[in-house]
Amino acid sequence: MRGRPNLFTDYESEMALFPTTTKRVAVALLLIFALLVPLGAIPGLSFLQESSWLVLINRALVFAIAALGLNLLTGVAGQVSLGHSFFMAVGAYTAVLLGGTPGKTVWGLELPIWIWLPAAGIAAAIIGIIVAPTAVRVRGLYLAFVTLGLVFIGLHLWRNFGKIAGGPTTGRPWPPLEFALWKGDPIISFAKDGPWLGVQLTSDAKTYFFLLVAVIVFTLVAKNLMRTRIGRAWAAIRDRDIAAEIMGVNEVRGKTQAFAISSFYAGIAGALFAVILGRLIPETWDLLLAVEFIAIILIGGAGTIAGTLLGTFFVVLIPRIVEDITFFFADQVANQGPLAWLGDLFIRKSPDDILGFVSTGAAGPGLSIFQLNVALFGVLIIVFLIAEPLGLYGIWIRVRNYWKGWPFTY
Amino acid sequence: MSDRRRLSFETRSQAGLSVEERGYEHLLEFTDVSLSFKGVKALTDVSFHVDDGELFAIIGPNGAGKTSTFNCLNGVYHPQEGDIVWKGSSILRERPDKIAELGIARTFQNIELFPHMTVLENITLGRHVRTHVSWWDGAIWWGRAKREELANRAVVEDIIDLLEIEQWRAYPVALLPYGVQKRVELGRALAMEPELLLLDEPVAGMNLEETEDMARFILDIREELGIAMILVEHDMGLVMDIADRVMVLDFGKRIAIGKPEEVQRDPEVIRAYLGGDLAAT
Repeated sequence: MRGRPNLFTDYESEMALFPTTTKRVAVALLLIFALLVPLGAIPGLSFLQESSWLVLINRALVFAIAALGLNLLTGVAGQVSLGHSFFMAVGAYTAVLLGGTPGKTVWGLELPIWIWLPAAGIAAAIIGIIVAPTAVRVRGLYLAFVTLGLVFIGLHLWRNFGKIAGGPTTGRPWPPLEFALWKGDPIISFAKDGPWLGVQLTSDAKTYFFLLVAVIVFTLVAKNLMRTRIGRAWAAIRDRDIAAEIMGVNEVRGKTQAFAISSFYAGIAGALFAVILGRLIPETWDLLLAVEFIAIILIGGAGTIAGTLLGTFFVVLIPRIVEDITFFFADQVANQGPLAWLGDLFIRKSPDDILGFVSTGAAGPGLSIFQLNVALFGVLIIVFLIAEPLGLYGIWIRVRNYWKGWPFTY
Repeated sequence: MSDRRRLSFETRSQAGLSVEERGYEHLLEFTDVSLSFKGVKALTDVSFHVDDGELFAIIGPNGAGKTSTFNCLNGVYHPQEGDIVWKGSSILRERPDKIAELGIARTFQNIELFPHMTVLENITLGRHVRTHVSWWDGAIWWGRAKREELANRAVVEDIIDLLEIEQWRAYPVALLPYGVQKRVELGRALAMEPELLLLDEPVAGMNLEETEDMARFILDIREELGIAMILVEHDMGLVMDIADRVMVLDFGKRIAIGKPEEVQRDPEVIRAYLGGDLAAT
């Protein structure tokens, strides 16, 4: 192919995960960026290595695993589930039952991570398989309500099984992120500060690296599932279930597999979520958490991997960014900085302030930053559903197509 | 022979063999089938058979039970009476996906493509019954899944070539013109490597040029792959031109069956199509 070096000459190179040089370079740069984040080596973004940011990023990485799972079930296979937080809880409590320290009021077997982490996923997957048959009987909104029921059944169970979940107001500690062959001293600990290969790292940074690898693995698996036989079957069930059956897709098996694999993702994410928080109460696994995952895949772009990851970071990091920006402007207003005029538009300075509606203090009238975030979240979901159903991914596609055709309009 | 396109899968048609060699008498036997929904009788004692490599047509006025016949064959409806025998064994109570695996493929009257998937993905989905990679092999990709995907792609590209839809390969099907969507649907059915293809009004709503294209594809498929077909169609010109045998349904009953020229002369058929008074005069 003289003169056209970028032309595909076989199916293998066309079907590759990253078929173009641009994509390969972009992914490589993204990976390097991800590796440098906890080292504070990125000019202008070195604040990301601060503990408060790194903890948030770790949370986003854990959420990404769960969101990838929900994306397979809801985005690809079209089964709307509001029960994702329930499956996460199943994973978390399986983990603490197998890996936790036993006490006077709680059970725990103190098994190592290579048992409790996969077991968390498998336990959730088994519950998923049990739930799946309902998805064959009820569809769409009705399925959403059935899975919603799971969340409340779950909450009731966790509150009443103190031996597993700990006290209703105190919860119980989860095992640390440590790799040991059996009980005893860990071989690798992600939970203690210390040097790796001569570089001094905090426990947050180590946890970050562990989660980064996990997210990469789970992303690849999700992508591979989507581009092979099972992924096409899921998409077919989503688009037209009866036609899919006539084309030879077993609907019951397809939906069961979707629930099982999605719940496996949720179980692993639930266990890791509890582990990085260290201790949590049963109310963590409520409806709000489940809705957050629906928001992630809607804002990111249902049915796409890139959209799911974008959506996760957007939803998890935006509250913090909004908070930082609000404090910045409040500071500008208070000290009459150069951007004070902009801050005047929305920072509430006194009770009779006409324009301002956000106050940084908890006592002040107007919206608190938390309330602002909740309102923003709702507005964003509405805007995305109406204006951009493909989410952030859809916006990206439009930007990309614009530059692909530039300077022509199409 | 030389100018024929070669497909990478061989036909499994048993047309040339004797009954003993095939192990069954007719490819498909539809015996005294009755289907009713509460009080409505959609089909009443309908019988016909289809042989290997045959192009069998079903015609009749709207509501005659043509599509219901297809839905019985596919296992979407389970008729109350009668029997449907595929290669000597009954498929009356089988699930749709099981019947697809046995080798009965279908296109739909109102296009039933998967709108969010591309042409490639739609046709590749047709390969579902001819592929066997498990989900964990798929999750790993390297090895078995990759080999199968590449082999699949070769077959799918052959079908795309046969149906002349190369330029639409990567488009989501919802964006394509109607005539092209019909072709993609035919391609998806072909990808299943069927032994019997059910075509539900393949040229409905098409202009003359598109109709002739589709007729050419149907004849190509028959000649190159030897797949038996049941054609439901209102375009009488097409049916009478290409069908080997024709069955006429009216209000769920079979009123005639035979060669196209015989059926055309049948007084019952003329009555059903043109009205009782005209037939009487």
